[in-house]
Amino acid sequence: MLSIDRSIIDAIVAHARRDHPDEACGVVAGPAGSDTPIRHIPMENAARSMTFYEFDSMEQLRLWREMDDRDEEPVVIYHSHTATEAYPSRTDISFAGEPGAHYLLVSTREPDSEEIRSFRIVDGVVTEEPVKIVDAAVDPHAVQSYMFGQSPATVDYECSDR
Amino acid sequence: MAIEVRIPTILRSYTGGAKVVEGTGDTLGDLLTDLDSRHGGLKGRLVTDAGALHRFVNVYVNDEDVRFLGALDAKLTDGDSVTILPAVAGGAFGFAAAAAIAQHSAAAAAIARHSAGAARVARH
Repeated sequence: MLSIDRSIIDAIVAHARRDHPDEACGVVAGPAGSDTPIRHIPMENAARSMTFYEFDSMEQLRLWREMDDRDEEPVVIYHSHTATEAYPSRTDISFAGEPGAHYLLVSTREPDSEEIRSFRIVDGVVTEEPVKIVDAAVDPHAVQSYMFGQSPATVDYECSDR
Repeated sequence: MAIEVRIPTILRSYTGGAKVVEGTGDTLGDLLTDLDSRHGGLKGRLVTDAGALHRFVNVYVNDEDVRFLGALDAKLTDGDSVTILPAVAGGAFGFAAAAAIAQHSAAAAAIARHSAGAARVARH
C-alpha cells in the first residue's frame, strides 16, 4: 500500500494538469527505508510528448546525487497519462528501473476528475496496490515543490547577462 | 588508483549488493569489460548485442553524460567517477508507436542507433 499525504497528491495533480496534454513526471523522495514520500520534485519531461516521458538525464543525475547526500530514495515515481487510463503501459513496464519505488499514475483524460493509481513494477511484473491518502501527516506548508531547473541546492536563473 | 563506479539498486544483484565498485580501463567499454570479469552479466545489462550502450541506461563520467563523450569510446583516467542510472522513462503508448506517431526525437534517435548497430554487425 502507498500512504501519501493529500497535499502531495494535490501538488502532483496540479503538475499533471499544468502540463496536460503533455505527460508530466516527477519524484516524491523520502528517507531511505522509510517508505514515506515527503519531498515532491516535479521533473521536466525531456520528451515533451503526449505519449512519452523521460527525465532529463542531467536533472536526474543532480536529483539522484542529492537524494544520496540526504540519505533519501525515490519512494514514488509518478507520471501522467493524458488520454488513457492510469495503468502502466508496456513501455512503462519495460523501462521501470527502480524496483523499490511506487509507480504512481495519474490520468488527466477527464477534465473534472483524476484517476490516481499506484503499482509496483518488479522484473516486468505489475502489482496494483491501494493508495491511502492521508490528511495533514505532513504540514502542508512544509511540502517542498520546486519548479523546473530548480533544486534546494541550486537555482538556475534563466536570465544571464549575455 | 582505479575508477569508482556507482551501481544503481536494480543492478546490485550483479555486485553482491555493493553500491560502489572499482574497475580499470582506458575507455568506458574497457571498464565495463573489466567489471564484467568480476561481476558476470553486468555488461549485458548495459550494452546491446550490437555493441552499443542501451538507450535507456544513463552513464555519466564525473558530471557528464557519456552520450556527449563518445558513449562506449569515452576516455577514462584513474580517479574518474562513473555513475550508472536507469533512465526514468515510459508513457502511454508503445515505444515504436510513439516514435511513429509523435516522431519522438529520442525514439527516432534510438531506432537510428539500433539500425546503425545492426549495420555494423552486418559488415563484420
